[in-house]
Formats: sequence, C-alpha cells, structure tokens
Amino acid sequence: MAKKIIEVDQVVVKFAGDSGDGMQLTGTQLSNTAALVGDNVSTFPDYPAEIRAPQGTVGGVSGFQLHFGKTVKTPGDFADVLVAMNPAALKANAKWIKDGGTVIIDIDAFTEKNFKKAGCEEDKLKNLYEGYNLIEAPISSLTKDSLAETGLDAKSILRSKNMFALGIVYNLFGRPMDHSFNFLDAKFGKKPQIAEANKKTMRDGFNYALAIQAMPSFRIHSSQIEKGKYRNISGNQAAAWGLLAAAEKAELPLFLGSYPITPATEIIQEIAKRRDLGAKSFQAEDEIGGIVTSIGAAFAGNFACTSTSGPGLALKSEAIGLAVITELPLVVVNVQRGGPSTGLPTKTEQSDLFQALYGRNGESPVPVIAASTPSNCFDYAFEASRIALEHMTPVLLLTDGFIANGTEPWKYPAMADLPKIKTKLISKNAKEYVPYDRDPETLVRPWAIPGMEGFEHRLGGLEKMDKTGNVSYIAENHEVMSIYRDEKIKKIADYIPEIEVEGDKDADTLVIGWGSTYGHITTAVSQLKEGGTKLAHAHFTYINPLPRNTEEVLSKYKNIVVCEINMGQFINYLRMKFPKFNYEAYNKIQGLPFTVSELKEKFIEVAAK
Amino acid sequence: MSTEKKYTFKDFKSDQEVRWCPGCGDIAIMNSVQKAMAQLDHNKEDYAVVSGIGCSSRFPYYMNTYGFHGIHGRAGVLASGVKAANPKLSVWQITGDGDALAIGGNHFIHEIRRNIDVNLLLFNNQIYGLTKGQYSPTSLLGQVTKTSPYGTIEEPFHPGELVLGARGTFFARSIDNKVKETTNILIEADGHRGTSVVEILQNCVIFNHGFYNHIVGKDVRDDNQIWLEHGKPMIFGKEKNKGLVIDGLKLKVVTIGEDGITEADILVHDEKEENPTLHMALINMQHPNFPTAFGVIRAVKKDTYDSLLEKQIEEVKAKSNILCMDDLLNSGETWTIE
Repeated sequence: MAKKIIEVDQVVVKFAGDSGDGMQLTGTQLSNTAALVGDNVSTFPDYPAEIRAPQGTVGGVSGFQLHFGKTVKTPGDFADVLVAMNPAALKANAKWIKDGGTVIIDIDAFTEKNFKKAGCEEDKLKNLYEGYNLIEAPISSLTKDSLAETGLDAKSILRSKNMFALGIVYNLFGRPMDHSFNFLDAKFGKKPQIAEANKKTMRDGFNYALAIQAMPSFRIHSSQIEKGKYRNISGNQAAAWGLLAAAEKAELPLFLGSYPITPATEIIQEIAKRRDLGAKSFQAEDEIGGIVTSIGAAFAGNFACTSTSGPGLALKSEAIGLAVITELPLVVVNVQRGGPSTGLPTKTEQSDLFQALYGRNGESPVPVIAASTPSNCFDYAFEASRIALEHMTPVLLLTDGFIANGTEPWKYPAMADLPKIKTKLISKNAKEYVPYDRDPETLVRPWAIPGMEGFEHRLGGLEKMDKTGNVSYIAENHEVMSIYRDEKIKKIADYIPEIEVEGDKDADTLVIGWGSTYGHITTAVSQLKEGGTKLAHAHFTYINPLPRNTEEVLSKYKNIVVCEINMGQFINYLRMKFPKFNYEAYNKIQGLPFTVSELKEKFIEVAAK
Repeated sequence: MSTEKKYTFKDFKSDQEVRWCPGCGDIAIMNSVQKAMAQLDHNKEDYAVVSGIGCSSRFPYYMNTYGFHGIHGRAGVLASGVKAANPKLSVWQITGDGDALAIGGNHFIHEIRRNIDVNLLLFNNQIYGLTKGQYSPTSLLGQVTKTSPYGTIEEPFHPGELVLGARGTFFARSIDNKVKETTNILIEADGHRGTSVVEILQNCVIFNHGFYNHIVGKDVRDDNQIWLEHGKPMIFGKEKNKGLVIDGLKLKVVTIGEDGITEADILVHDEKEENPTLHMALINMQHPNFPTAFGVIRAVKKDTYDSLLEKQIEEVKAKSNILCMDDLLNSGETWTIE
C-alpha cells in the first residue's frame, strides 16, 4: 500500500500538550521553516494563564496552531493535523479538527491515569477519534529508545519528545529539518550533547513517519510571494519595533515606562533589549508609574510610550487625561484581552474600544487606531507615534492577544522608505515660546523642553489659559480650550488616509470590521466571492478620528454588517456618528477569534436580504 | 552643569500670583528653594520642578523654571521619568504627606529604592489642606479632624523611617521658617547623588495651625530641637549642655557635667555611616523624651538609577552590532524572496 498523498493549497496543523511539553517551541520551529521555504504563514499560540497548570489536565493544555501554504491570512479554523501529546490535549482540541483530519497522539501518554486527569473515560474519548485518521505513535517510548545510548538522564531524554513530534510533521509536510538543526546548534551552543540528542530525536521522528504507511503525506502547492526581504514577527515585537523606528525617524530617544501584564509584556521586553539603540525601558512599580514616568519623559523631550492591557489601561486613564491637557506626545499601546476585571488574560477580545475612546474623566479626546495583523502592528505603532509627535497628543494604539502573540512572515521595510516624523520642537533660536500658541491649521501647540534657554514654562493638570498655558479658572476659557482640544483631534482626519473598500465595491452588502479581525473577514469575503456571493469589505484601522470618507462609503450599501469580538462597541460608535444607516451586528465573545466558516455563514445570510 | 551666569532668588520667581494662605509654611519653603537655586551651579533652564497634587504641589507654578504639576500621588514617578529621560537636569520634586505617603506611597518607596537623582521635598503638615482638613498618614494617633471627629485610630508614618526602610541614601529634616538652615540643607541635598529626601515640617495655618509648637515654640525650641552636623557632637539645649549617648541599644539624653559626663562621651554625628541603625534611632526621637532631630541625618554614597542607566546604554552600545533600526530589522533570521 502506498502512502496517501494529499494535495492542498494550505494546511492547518496544531500542536497540543502540557504547558511544559514545549508545544510553543515546536510550533514556532515549523512556522519558521515554512516561512523560510516561501510559504505564507499565520500562527496562533493558545496557552493557559497558569505557567504550569496541573499536568495532564484540560486546563493545562498549551496549544500552537499554524496555517501555512498559499494565500494564508488567518491561523485557520480547523486543523488538518493535530498532534496531541496526552488525552487532555486531544479532549481540548477535538472539536477543532477537520472532518477526516489526521490525529497523531503520543499513545504512551494515553494511560488510564492520564485519561482520569483529563476528566474522561477511555471509551468516551475514543468516540472523539471517530471520523479521523488516528495515528497512535509511541512518541515517548521511541524518544527513550532513540536516546538510550546517550547517557542523558531520563528527564532530559523525555524533554526531547517534542522534537520527535516535530520530526514527524516535517516528514508529513515535506519540509526540511536544517533550519531547526541550526536553531538547536545555536540554542545549545555550550551543550552540544543536548543539541545532538534533540537533532537525533527529530531525525528519528522524521524516519518514523516515513516508515508508517498510515501517515499521509501532504503536497502543499507553492505560494507566490512578493519579492523582498522577510523575517518572522509577532504583533508585540512588531509594535515595539514600530515605536523604535518612529523614535529614529523623529530623531528622539525612546522612553517606555511600563509594567508587565499579559499579553502585552513582550513589548517592554523587546524595548529592554534595545539599550544598543539608546532606548530606555523603565519597569515601573505599577501601571500608573509606567505611564507617568513616560509623561515625565515626554515633558523632558523623549519620545515616550507605554504598553499595557485592559486592566492596566483602566489604571492609566487619569494619567492619559494629564497627557491630553498638557498636550504632550505619548503612545499608549493597549493589547486587549478578555474582560472585565482580570477576565481572560491569555485570550483575545476587542472589548476595550469604548475604554480607549471614552474611559477618562472630563472631555478628553484621544486618537485611537487599531492594528489589524501581526506585522502591521509595526506600521500602526509607527503611525500612532507619527500622530502623537506631529499632533502633540496621547494616542491609543489597540492590538489584541490574537495578533500580539500571532506571528507571520513580514516583508520588512528599509528605514529609508519610512517617512520622517516632524516633531513640534521649537527652534532654540525662536524669539519667544508661548506654550499654547497653536498652529492655525492643525491647532497643535509647540514643544519646548527643559534645557532650552529662555523657554521655561509650567505645564500641569489644571485648566490652561489659552496661549500662555497659565492656570485659568475663567469659565469661557475652559470652553475655548475644550473645543480646541476636541477640534485638534478631529483635524487629524486630514492627515490620515481615506478608507478603501476591498472585495466587490459595487455589492449590496458591506462587511465592516476593525483591528484584528481583518484576516478572517478578508478570507471569508474572498472565499464567498469564488462561490458567487458578492460582498464589499471596509476594514477600519483609524477609529478616532474616522477616515473622512467614512459616511460616503457607508451610504453606498443596502446592508451593513459589523463584525467584532465583543458585544458590539464599534457598531454603536458608528450608530452614534452616522445614525441614518442600518447596521447589523455580528459578535462573538468567547476569547477566540472568529472562524472563517462562521463568518461565511453569517455573510451569506445577510447578503441574501 | 557649570555656569557663568549668576542668579538672585528673584530670577526664580514666576509672574504668577502666589495663592497660598497668608502665613502658610509653603511660602517660606519656596524662599529657601529659590535662595538655594540662586547659589547652586546649574543653569536656570536645567531645573525641572515637578509635583503631585495638594497645596504644596502648586509650587511649580510659582517658579520661573521648567515645571510640571502632575496628578495626585504621582510626583515621584513624574520626577523619575524626567530624570531618567534627561539626567542632565536638576530635578526637584515637591510633594506633601498625603501626596507622597498615602496615594503615592508606593511610588515614594520605589523611587528611593532606585535612588534616582532627585531632590525630594516632603512638606509635612500632618493634615490634608487642599481638601480642607482631613487626617493624613502622618497625623497623630487620636488627632481630631473632619474625617476623624472622634480622633484617628491609625498609627502615623514617620517619613524618615520609610526612607531608611526603602534603603534610602539621603534623609534630612528641617522646619519651614528656618530659611537659612533649609537653604543649606537643600544645597547639600542637590549635591548628593541619589534621591535626597528632605522632610520639612510645614505649618498649615488654617487646618493644623501650630501642630509643631512643642518643637518650634520660642521657649522650648532650644531644648526640643537638635541640629545635627556631620562630624560634630550631638549637643543641644539652651545651655548647650545636653547631648545624646548610646545606652544599650537605645539613645539617651544626658547632661554634660552631670554624673561624670563630659563632651567626649557625646555621640559624634556621622551622616556617611552606611549602617542605618543610629540614623534610624535619630529619626525616631520623639517629644517629650527626646529632642527632634534636624539637619542632614543620612547621606551615603550609592550608584543612582539614572547614572547606571546611562552607563548600561554605553556598555551595550559598545558591544552590540545593532546600532540603528536597519541593523535591527536585518538582524537574526531573515530571508529574501527573489
């Protein structure tokens, strides 16, 4: 019997195991390799909030899903191949396997004890296998055999079992192992014995898959990828690099005051590495300290930023108001997660939109923009920085757990291709400095910083007198200044691009999304187009102010459906701004992104109206 | 930052009307600060005066320097951000007992722990003034205020104790109306590299008037104050005949000439001693058994956060092959699609 060969454009694979099983590493290796050989790749790590949740339990399952091949824009809905290292991993992921998909289990871990830990009886779990191509691979025992001669202790040996699984999938998908070999050599440079052991296990896994007839073999059609230089990047890394790039283009030192919080922590970690670029990360004692050190740094003339997630943004709200009234440049990156309160720290959600727009005391307008893919977190972090520095305002950049942790190959720019950021720093040769003397076009005030002779001035949270910035309790002045602050943000609409409609522009139905739902929506829209369903798609990344052609775009469609991973925040924002249109909401609030299939189902329903 | 310019204290007054109550201790403290700045060796544009919220926190508005009036409790992090962003500045943090020790208590201890080079002026009037008379974290146990009509049931903080507990490198204490002494202490505080905490007992003429009269009253002040000077014996009293000695693990007040005590028996103040035990004992001396200690109590050398940050940046830059964004973008694993 020859091996079954499956021809596909793209494939979804998921690794699932205990949070200590190395599933994130295994998934990252396959995705890096796939990207290197020219596949489109999108990944979605899905891990518990606990670092080492009880072993073998469903709550402790750590998963890493990746989707690679041709035209990939999401991590995929359902897995073609699931690698499950124990019963809990299978139980947690059973409903995410494609019909007829392949399930590779480490049969050595499917013991009575582990079934019990997973909270299921053996027989019941077996029902889950039905309809799948189940491969019972003795991964643990083969790993032990593989490394029996090495003299390594049992624990170290077993730790390599993820490499055996990785070897299996390299064989399955016809992807080379060299990249991972290089990775292991570099990682264990000082412990060549461990590197060799891992490489041997991977090779043995590869050969095992080659030998087992039941293992299918996938032939993935090659992609046509735009020419250029690429690297893999996650949303958090991209956001951090976007801030660094903006600092370079603004010719200012970068300062990031922050406090670790899931899922935003990688941003401060990335900046902390960049002392070589002169970047100053400041790990404050709390969220408020994070933003207020940044406001101090902005006052002192650095390009200042802070990073956080929902609960942290709540703590920062008073300080954002301080940046609003002092009209200092500041970027606040909020990586949204499930809420309210501590909510779902490691799961994704788009439910901080209202908090970003309105979550402050007083009339406190702030520009809000939202990145839509892992790699464009770089572009929008850069944009948020440009707006902050050129319009002298705090800017909120929204990402979320899905794109922050997700990775994809990124055709990265050369710095020469990025625009210069023109700060509002006053020339030191200026005759005088009037702190709130606004540019008549943009209403932006000039910026003078300590150390500049003759421009000494005071800022603060009390209402400012027009022009001078002195404390003022004059009733009419408060209104004047409130309107200035509001108009200044509205005028930013003249300095951002118009929204472009994708898909069939002349369809009756307009699908609206914002932020991280881009990949799923655009995939659903283009798949439906193949089936003859015509849909237009407008995806918002500039939320406040909205692109200046928004109303014109909305007016062209009979049906408008707004899709969000929340209870309907953007739709209500649109209803408030443009009440004359009818909107239909499509929401999901499970801590997970949409699936393409559920979106397609909804879009068909709406388009049929 | 050395300067050719010479200033007088008037150069540091802004054009804004001072809106503290007549007789408020804040006014005298501002005079001391402006006099100190006139004597110090910084350019005027290199001063940054930052504050939180409260009566004392209006201070920056009255100074003709760069200034920032922040939000409640956050003076410490604001000052930290300014200094870390630009270590060349001379940063002065103005804060009160509510701002620094209640809502900003967390920032207070962490700022000191980091030893950021900031002059931290803690105006202690043991009351909330701007909200009109509620108890503060330094109000005395049993003190009757608007929110403690039957007396507080909370132990107060001793700010100096917190400073030492946070491993602080500098602590001094002064009194608002002692302008000459305060000026000199502020000059020392500015010279100290690190978080220089100066607690200034400050009279609130409206809500806690005369709270410190048992220390500053004309008839008692000589016996109830001891002004410490580095290298000098700890002597005080109208007749300059009282002194401090160690008795077991405690301090004790003795009289020179009685019980065979001579000046040689009196402790000599050492502000540079790293072991905080004696500094702690001096900070905690309380009426009526002891005089209250003033002057620079502790001034020990330790690296500052801001200098270590600059040093680390230089060290990492010297070793790294990533010196611009293009280097970073092209670092690690990249590939080219032809």
